[in-house]
Order: sequence, then C-alpha cells, then structure tokens
Amino acid sequence: MHRRVLASDRLIAAFLFGCVLFNYPVLSLFDRQTTVFSIPLVYAYIFFAWVVVIAVMAWAVERRFK
Amino acid sequence: MLEAPVVIAISLIYLGLLFAVAWWGDQRADQKRSLIANPTIYALSMAVYCTTWTFYGSVGRAAVSGIGFLPVYLGPTLVMALGWFLLLKMIRIVKANRITSIADFISSRYGKSHVLGGLVTVIAVLGIIPYIALQLKAVSSSVSLLLSYPEIVMPNRSATMSVAADISFYIALILAAFTIVFGTRHLDATERHEGMVAAIALESSVKLVAFLAVGVYVTYGMYEGFGDIFEHINASPELQRLATAIPSGGGYTGWFSLIVLSAMALLFLPRQFQVAVVENVNEAHLKRAAWLFPLYLLLINVFVLPIALGGLLHFAGQGVDADTFVLTLPMSQRQEGLTLLVFIGGLSAATGMVIVETIALSTMACNDLVMPLLIRHQRVALDESRDLSRLLLGIRRGAIVVILLLGYLYFRLAGEAYALVAIGLISFSAVAQFAPAMIGGMYWRGGTRDGALAGLSAGFLVWAYTLLLPSFAKSGWLPDDFLTQGLFGIELLRPQQLFGLTGFDEIAHCLFWSFLANIGAYVGFSLLRPPTAAEATQATVFVDALKDAGPVGAALWRGRAKVSDLQELVARFLGPARAQALFTAYARRRGVASGVMPEADAQLVQFAESLLAGAIGSASARVMVASVAKEEPLSIDEVMHILDEASQLRTYSRELERKSRELTAATLDLQEANERLQELDRVKDDIMSSVTHELRTPLTSIRAFSELLRDDPRMHLADRERFLGLIVSEAERLTRLINQTLDLAKIESGRADWNGCELNLKEVIEQSVAATSQLFREKEAHVELDLPDNLPLILADRDRLIQVMLNLLSNAVKFLAPGSGRVKVVLRLLTDGLEVSVTDNGPGIRPEDQQLIFEKFRQVGDTMTAKPSGTGLGLPISRRIVEHFGGKLWVESVPGEGATFRFTLPFAPIQEQALAQVAAA
Repeated sequence: MHRRVLASDRLIAAFLFGCVLFNYPVLSLFDRQTTVFSIPLVYAYIFFAWVVVIAVMAWAVERRFK
Repeated sequence: MLEAPVVIAISLIYLGLLFAVAWWGDQRADQKRSLIANPTIYALSMAVYCTTWTFYGSVGRAAVSGIGFLPVYLGPTLVMALGWFLLLKMIRIVKANRITSIADFISSRYGKSHVLGGLVTVIAVLGIIPYIALQLKAVSSSVSLLLSYPEIVMPNRSATMSVAADISFYIALILAAFTIVFGTRHLDATERHEGMVAAIALESSVKLVAFLAVGVYVTYGMYEGFGDIFEHINASPELQRLATAIPSGGGYTGWFSLIVLSAMALLFLPRQFQVAVVENVNEAHLKRAAWLFPLYLLLINVFVLPIALGGLLHFAGQGVDADTFVLTLPMSQRQEGLTLLVFIGGLSAATGMVIVETIALSTMACNDLVMPLLIRHQRVALDESRDLSRLLLGIRRGAIVVILLLGYLYFRLAGEAYALVAIGLISFSAVAQFAPAMIGGMYWRGGTRDGALAGLSAGFLVWAYTLLLPSFAKSGWLPDDFLTQGLFGIELLRPQQLFGLTGFDEIAHCLFWSFLANIGAYVGFSLLRPPTAAEATQATVFVDALKDAGPVGAALWRGRAKVSDLQELVARFLGPARAQALFTAYARRRGVASGVMPEADAQLVQFAESLLAGAIGSASARVMVASVAKEEPLSIDEVMHILDEASQLRTYSRELERKSRELTAATLDLQEANERLQELDRVKDDIMSSVTHELRTPLTSIRAFSELLRDDPRMHLADRERFLGLIVSEAERLTRLINQTLDLAKIESGRADWNGCELNLKEVIEQSVAATSQLFREKEAHVELDLPDNLPLILADRDRLIQVMLNLLSNAVKFLAPGSGRVKVVLRLLTDGLEVSVTDNGPGIRPEDQQLIFEKFRQVGDTMTAKPSGTGLGLPISRRIVEHFGGKLWVESVPGEGATFRFTLPFAPIQEQALAQVAAA
C-alpha cells in the first residue's frame, strides 16, 4: 500500500480505537470500586488507554517505512 | 519573599523575558532563520489550549466530579489523530488564500461574504469573552491569594467594589498593553507572528514544568506517592466515590458531549486556529504534533486528581476553593519558591491564552467587521492615496482593548457565580457552532452563504438562550424566573429543559439543541437554491484544496486592470516599500521585468488580492480589487464551465498518470521476460555442452578401437572380435544416449506424446519383469514379486510406465553381485493411489548421492568400474514421467544394504474407474 495512505489509515484506526476506549460502554466496564496498585481502576484504565492511543499515533506517523 | 513588590517585579520580569523571546523570534524570522521551524515548538504552541482553566480549574473540577476533568483532554487527543487530515486541509486552504482567521475562512468559503465574516466575528467575540473573563478571574485571585501570604484567605469580592479598586481591572489593562506590544508591533500588518509563537511555546513549557513541580511536591512531598493519597481517601466514602466513579451530572452522555465539544474547540477556537493553522510554517510539523501535543495533555493531567484529593484532605472544612489548590497547597507548606513557580505557571497559562486569543479576535474584528464597514460607509477616507497600514494597526489595537474590557465586564457581571471550568465550557459551546460551516465547507460543494448564515445564526441563538443567558441569570444579573418557569411563563421554553428535554446536563443539552438547529439550518438553507458563481468558485478552491489543481481562482477572473493601480492599492495597506518589493519579486518569479507589463493579467490580480487578503481579509480585499479593476462578471454557467474544464484537466492528468504507470509496469514485465529468456538460453547451452561431453566419451572409445583395428592388420582374431564387440556396445550406448537426450528434451519442452489410458499396474510390472528376465538370468539374480490382485486402475501411458520399470529393474540388476543378487518388486495400495517399490540388495547409495542420481548425466554408480555403464539420463527421465502423471519417484537406501526405488501414481478419476469396474464385472 502507498505509505502515505497506510499512515493515514493507521491514524483513522487510532481515532476509532480511542473513541471506543474512552466512551460508554467500554468505559463503564472499569467503573467500579476496585484498585490496581492502590490506584482506582477507572483512573488507571483511562491513563493506560491514553498512553496506548498516543503510542499508536506516534508509531503511525513517525515510523520509517522500509 | 512573597511581598507585593517582589511578586509584581517577578511577574514583570517574566513578561519582559517573554517579550525578549518574541523579539528574538521576529528577528530570526526577518533573517529567514526561523526559530519556530521545528515540530516540537509547533506542538508546544498548540498547548496554548491549556489555559488557567487547565492550570487551576482542572483541580477544581476534579474536586467536584472526580475524573470528570478528563474528557476535555481526551477529545483533543482523539481529534489530533484526524488532525493529519482536517488540519492539513485547513493549512493548505489558508496558505493558498492568505486567510488570517476563522471568520475569514468561513467568509471566503461562502463567496467572500462580508455579512458572514461579520457574523462569525460577533459569535467568536461574544463566545470567547467569558473565556477571557476566566483568565482574568484566575490571575486576579492568584494575585490576591499571594498577597495575603502567609495566611490563606479566599478572595472575597463584593459586587459593589469600585472598578478603580479592582485589581483585575488593572490586570486586564496590563494584559491589553502586553498583547498590543506583542501582536501588533509590526507596521506591515501581515498575518503571521513568529515571535509570538516562540513566546507561547516557552510559556507552554513553563506551565507544564510548574504544574508537574507542584504535582510531584504534593504527591511525593506531602504524601508518599499516588498509592498513599488514594489510601488516605479510603476513610471517606465521599472522596472514594469521587476517585472511582464516572462523574455524576449527565453521566456518560455528559462525558461524551464533553469529548465532542473539546474536540471541536481544539479545531475552531480562534487561538487554536491561529497557532495550529495560520502560524504553521511547515505541514510536516503536524506529524510530530499529532502525538506530542496529546502527550503534553496527558502529562499536565497526571497529577490533577492527586492534587485535588490532597487538597480536599488537607483543607477539609476550611472553606478553601478547590480552584486554588494548586497555589494554596504549596502556600500552606510555606514553600515560597514553589508557590512563586506555580504563580508564574498560572500567569503563563493566562497570558498565553489572552495574547493569542485577542490577537486572533482583533484580526477578525479588524478584517471582517470594521474594515468592511469602513469600506462601505467611508469611501472618502479610503480613496485618499495614503498609507492605511497605520489605520489597520490602530483598529487592531483598539479591538484588543475593547475585547479585554468586555472580558472584564463579563467577569464583573457573571464571573463569580461560576467555577472556572463551567465558564470555559460556555465558550467551547459557542465556538463549536463553527463546526458545520467549517467542515461542511471543506468537504461539501453544496453549502451556500444562506445555509452558513442560517446555521450559524440558529446555532448561536440556541447557544445564547440555553447557556449564556442562564449563566447571567444564575449570577443574579437577570431575573431567574425565566430559568424555572420558561420564557413568558411557557414551561416548554425553559432554557435548560428546552421542549421538556431532561436527563442531560446543561452542556450536553445545549450541544444537542444548538447542533440540531445549526446543522439543520445549514443543510436546509443550502439546499434551497443552487450555489452562485462566487460560491461555486470558492467551493472548488476549498473542497479541492488537497488536489493539485493549479490556480483555479485566476482562471475565474476576467477583466482589465493596470499594474500600477494594483501596486498602489497594495501599497496603501502594506506600505509602499513592501508593495514595491513584493511586486518586483513576483515579476522576477514570472520571468518578466516589472514595469514592462502595464496591463495586469488574471494571475497578477489574484496575487494582489491575496496580498490584500492577508492584511484586510478576503471579503474586503475582493471589494478593494474590484474598485481598481474593470471586471467582467462571470455568470454561474461560465463559472461552472471553467470549473468543469479544470476538473476535466485533472481527469486527463490522472489518466495520463495511469497510462504512465501502466507503461512502467509493462516495461518491467518485458524486462523480466527478457531475463527469463536469457536464463533459458543459458540452460540450453549448459545442456548442449554436457550432451556433447557425454557423446564424446563413447565416440572416443569407438575411434580408438577402430584405429587399433586399422593400424594392426595382424591382430589376433580373438582381440579383433573383442574390440569389435566393444565398438558395437559403445555405438549402442551412443544411440541410447542420443535417443534419451531427444526424449528428455521432448518431455522438458512439453512436446512429448502422452497416451494416457486406464491401466492395470500389475500387468505393466509383470510385462516389464518378463522383458528383463534375461538380464536377471545372466547375473543369476532372483526376482521376487508381491503384486496383489484387484487393485484400482490408474491413468497413465503404458509404454512410458514400462520405460520407467525397465529403467529401475535394469538399474537394480546392474549393481547386483553375481550369484547372490535378489530384487523384490512390491505393489501397494495407498489411500489416494498406488505405490511401486523396487528393492535390491546391492551396494546401496550414499546419502549425499541420493539426490544427485536424479540429475542429468550424473552417475554415481560402481566406483570399481571406471567406465560409466549407463547414460545418466534414465532416472531423470523416469522421474519426469512419474511426475507427469501426478506421482513421485524417490530412493531410500542404506549403503551396504541395498537400495529401494519407490514411485507413486494417483488413481484414475472416479467415474472412469467405476465404469472400468462395471466393464470388468
């Protein structure tokens, strides 16, 4: 595939992926009184998902195509 | 250390530093060594998104609604993934048309309409004023907090306080002065401010560092890390619920609407448009910004909840406003240095926002509101041939002061009733109204001026009714019975439960109704009539911005204009020297000496108009150019015709590209075919050379023996017969060799005749064994057959199979020791075919030779007989024959224990077999 098209498609995928992660109903799965490493689950989840989305975007735009 | 003079001095020094950076940035820009030609600086300048709302307000919101502060940063993160498309297209359009603001963008798209530009400006100014008020509120409360140090006293404002005694009034004035110095120093009134961008990037770094510093201090200094804070709140169910639950008030709907709203805000806030689109120096910077800016947002939010919870725990019951926790927490610990850093961080956040926002708004107000009015009503002033760039700067400076004073006014009227975040969201909802006209304008050709006007007006009115007026009412400035009872006492018209809609928070409620009205009116009114010529032209310029269409605009201008008139016009707004330089540079680019062409062509007119557009907006530029040029108006039909031609040209060029791609592909194919031919040629040569080599061996023997016979007439009869016998056998070998070479060549080239028919393999084997029985008798070898009856038929060529069997049998017998040789032929039924094996008890074949023997002319044979006894072609031919009928031929052998050659053949197709069985029965 043309490299520019591929990068664009990856960004769109990252957008859709993020929309799903950050909204109802996926978000509601983590909305409970539990903690991971004594950090509230939903708080930890959002920041984790955020890092993942940013990483995917960075990978999509910065990767050198071979 | 935190006395008033120190605080004021440090603030002024900091502002001076910013100014120095800006000055340096402008110097570098003039030297063409841009300071901001760097993707990281671009990403940092986008972080002007984070204002005091983020710096102080996020903690305030987190203290009320837990993680409810986050969607405002998740939205921009998501939209940055699409920024690569949306922002790129905006940047292209803005660069190509010298657009300076959102108002200009929308006005330009819908036929360079003055009315539309004015409306957008009004909406933007009214919408942003609460936001500016928010900055004033944050700075003034942070100043008064600092001044009461070491006590922590919440700023107590009374409505009766006089303006002269109000610290925020002076802050507004200082910010106005600072912005004027920053953004409108230049007399050339161009659209870009490199120095300002450099200063903004610095401010973004400062506020991030300050916020992280206070975050780390609270989390790890006052508490022992994240875990510790979250454990502390276990005692209070109230706080615990805050940290773990999705916020109340709208729930997921509210959450979702905030994500949408903030995503729109990132694209359409005037200051974001300014830094991300207008000030962009290189499209490629978008790539880095796509992830670096979201990363910035993430970093500045990591410590928000810990600070909020820490503040709630620390100041429990002391009545400290959560909006001030960022500042009051270090104050309560007597951390003077940190307190000052936080204050500077907050000041950065406020000044950054105010500077960029007011510059963007003042440009809009000047180009899209005041200039059009001047042009329409005060023709006299404009007709005088004088330099108008001072007038432009004057208008912009006035606009900056007015905007900041309006901000102050809103702050006085409504500011105290609301938390920082709530004020910010009112502004976000206002600028979100630009979305349909902006996005529709970039992707839909059908949008018209009427549609944009109707959509913007409808959306704006709904926004004002459902969000702005209630904000006034809640602050007591308006009677609030219209909130509870509805306008004129009609319940259905209650602003925050419009038409009885409940279950949404006020933001989601406003977003729903305003977008419904906005999009509905935009689409509906656009569809009422076809676009006019001007609208169609601009629609093409905008929608096709990413295609290399060439200058569509120039193609659509017909008329006459003098170069000198145009230059004079430009000179009046940009200054004579600059105009002269620009026109000379243009002429040089076109390859014409300036002054040679008295009559301007369409491209020059276009060029002059774009220069003017940068200074006074596209709608005014259009009017000004029309005033000096004799234009022939084009009808919509002519415009459509020209646009069609342009799009046809594009189609042709695409066609051409496709053809050229096909040609390249065809060339590649040809190249490959040629290489294949060469390879085949080489293979043929190889075969020829090995064949001739193989032919030479028997020929040499024949010749040597013949010469012996000829030269020695007295040779004994016995020797003579022996030599003759050798000559005959060598000649036979030669014949065999030639036959087999021809045979192999035929098979390989696919020209061999195959007579496929169903046959009984058992019969074939028996026939072959009978044919070779003489050979076995000569070596006194024993042949053992294991051939079951009633096996299915196979499809093959009888003669060819006999050839294979004869080859295998004669090979086996060749290597048997005389007297003790045994050969066993076995026929077996497999699931999908038959397998034949020929096993001998000869010397066997070494593993390394087991593949070699199937290659042409390779004989491993018996090392004791120096002379090869076969042709070296039997096994290769046999393998080809078996493979032709879909089978396989291979050898298994342990040296010293004999060898087994096996081949398989698949069954004949089912029907024929069945028929054969019926026939047999």
